Amino acid sequence: MIKKFKQIAIATSVAAACFSAALPSAYAAEEQFFMLPSYRVGPYGANGQSFYGGFIDYLTYVNMKGGMNGVQNAWEECETEYNTAKGVECYERLKSKAKAFPGPIHTMSTGISYALVDKTAADKLPLAMQGYGLTSAVDGSVFPWAFPLVTTYQMQASAIIKFLKDKNGGSLAGKKIVFLYHDSAYGKEPILALEAEGRLNKYELVQIPVAHPGNEQGAQWQRIRQEKPDYVIMWGWGVMNMTAIKTAQKMGFPRDRMIGSWWAGSEEDVIPAGDAAKGYMSATWNVAGKGVPLIADIEKTVYGAGKGNMKDTSKLGTILYNRGVSAAVLSVEALLTAQAKYGKGKAMNAEQVRWGLENLNITEARLKELGATGLLPDVKTSCSNHEGSGKVKMQQWDGSKWTPLTDWIEGNKTLIHPLFQADAAKYAKEKGITPRDCSKEK
Amino acid sequence: MQFFFEVLIGGLLSGVMYSLVALGFVLIFKASGVFNFAQGAMVFFAALSLVGFMEHGAPLWLAFILAFVVMTLFGIATEKFVLRKMVNQPPIALFMATIGLSFFIDGFAPLLWGNEVRALDIGLVDEPIPWILDNWNMVISKFDLFAAGLALALVALLALFFQYTRIGRALRAVADDHQAALSIGIPLQHIWALVWAVAGFVALVAGMLWGSRNGVQFALTFTALKALPVLILGGFTSVPGAIVGGLIIGASEKLAEIYIPPVMAGWFGGNFGGIEGWFPYVMALLFLLVRPEGLFGEKHIDRV
Repeated sequence: MIKKFKQIAIATSVAAACFSAALPSAYAAEEQFFMLPSYRVGPYGANGQSFYGGFIDYLTYVNMKGGMNGVQNAWEECETEYNTAKGVECYERLKSKAKAFPGPIHTMSTGISYALVDKTAADKLPLAMQGYGLTSAVDGSVFPWAFPLVTTYQMQASAIIKFLKDKNGGSLAGKKIVFLYHDSAYGKEPILALEAEGRLNKYELVQIPVAHPGNEQGAQWQRIRQEKPDYVIMWGWGVMNMTAIKTAQKMGFPRDRMIGSWWAGSEEDVIPAGDAAKGYMSATWNVAGKGVPLIADIEKTVYGAGKGNMKDTSKLGTILYNRGVSAAVLSVEALLTAQAKYGKGKAMNAEQVRWGLENLNITEARLKELGATGLLPDVKTSCSNHEGSGKVKMQQWDGSKWTPLTDWIEGNKTLIHPLFQADAAKYAKEKGITPRDCSKEK
Repeated sequence: MQFFFEVLIGGLLSGVMYSLVALGFVLIFKASGVFNFAQGAMVFFAALSLVGFMEHGAPLWLAFILAFVVMTLFGIATEKFVLRKMVNQPPIALFMATIGLSFFIDGFAPLLWGNEVRALDIGLVDEPIPWILDNWNMVISKFDLFAAGLALALVALLALFFQYTRIGRALRAVADDHQAALSIGIPLQHIWALVWAVAGFVALVAGMLWGSRNGVQFALTFTALKALPVLILGGFTSVPGAIVGGLIIGASEKLAEIYIPPVMAGWFGGNFGGIEGWFPYVMALLFLLVRPEGLFGEKHIDRV
């Protein structure tokens, strides 16, 4: 029996050795390796497919254009199914490969990001969280390795209030706003910001939570009907979004007075709601459509060469696809920023990539150069500001596509950023972290 | 008071939607004495098949028939590959098998039909009925009334089937004791395949209505969560129990969601909303203390 076991073990080892020798190496010396704990199956697989499809397409596009000053992008996906435990497992599996020359890690999940904030800091690997994740990581003095780039839940909420204020002649005094939210850490994130804005702008805020998964909201909308609010701001996720839109229709609440977060503003959130979604609005940090030259060029270059990542090419130009492209643009720009300081044409190590993320300066001129004008806002990060922008657009669903309603709107930084700093200081105290002195960082 | 009645009626109509899912559980339990963990996944699979056929150009009625054929084949396959080997095994073994089945469907259905979130248009708009709104200022939707009518018709049909047909009686015998049923010549394999097909039909109706309301997507599997307290309350073996349980759970969770949080907030401060996720379970558990077999469940007496 033991002999047989030994034979099997030897045969398996030989087969494994032969097989691994036959595989191409994961990355060569001048390659930047992106670990991608992605999700393409499971409850949110459709969202992950578009996001990671866009992300990988941009990396391929850059490679086809000669790479980052010659440095090629390499990547490996690991399926998380949007499950935090699996996300952590993927990270542990891939981190040794990413150790030498890592690209920023993108989990597209607040839960997985939360779980990785401490781990990536300990392993000294850069974690990017565009529009999700731990928002107090805006304060880079406490979180040197975590980057909630572009905008956060709180700044987004603040920008929505600014938008509504502008719609109402510059004042929300005496108005009533219902905040309908997924009863989870994600859903509760903007409450502090909305309360602070409420004190400042003198509106009444009514908070109505929805239990997970949110596929039944009769009671919540009956209460909304009773409250007669001027607007409903919705922090939904998954099935909660279309259920809310459909129930709003049932209760006769106008959809053009409903405005969702960017997690409630993709095609997947409105198409299943059919005509009920016409007029519904949401915030977004990237626009939809193929009108942006970069998206059109990716289609022409990458898909023209048969190297596209998306099987369903009708998804090109959707909100989540363009978001994936935008996230990849931010990562590649960070790597180019690092190269400009540490050596063009060289693969960057983790500390150099971290520096690149912390010194991003994507101006309107640079966006134009990339063909990405209007795709995402300008971003300028620093040690004390890992968010770097705080700007979103408002968009409206016309029954077949998202149409931008506004230019980029910046939330009230003076009001919101101190909230992050207070939270980061609390975190530093709890974890025994001595914050960096950002005035000494270059 | 008008608002109270609006919430109550809305809750009752929601409860009927829960009953539809609960019915599928009851059918399998009645025929095999096992709790079918895969019922939520079956709702998802059935709805995905329906919308999949419609995307390939089939009209609703044809897509419904084709989806029913898929669910029937699925029922036969379940009997052949999962249940046949497990005759006379303890119920927990069958329960574990259905857990495996549930995960299989969760992965297999999107592989077959894709995992996009889809709209399902069955020609019914979920809008308030104007004259009720105008005269009573109450929101009652056409869609909810249609769903309630359909669920009641299904319940009546299934209750008659179990009570008055030979197959119905055979199903009840199989549920009581597999071996005894076999010994008196009841064809267990056929019975199981049949009941899984009927449960598939119920899943298809539930999937069509839930899918039409919220979109056809993975979250349809979560509808099972809404059915569990209904089963505890109504009893695992009673078809009418599923409907009465659904009505009680639907109405009480909506009333609780509206009226309890303000009271709690008054006492303790803070926000106590979003309780309808767990309130029905607490209610069902409290009910178990008084009537462990559920409202309409069969009292189980063993000779010692």
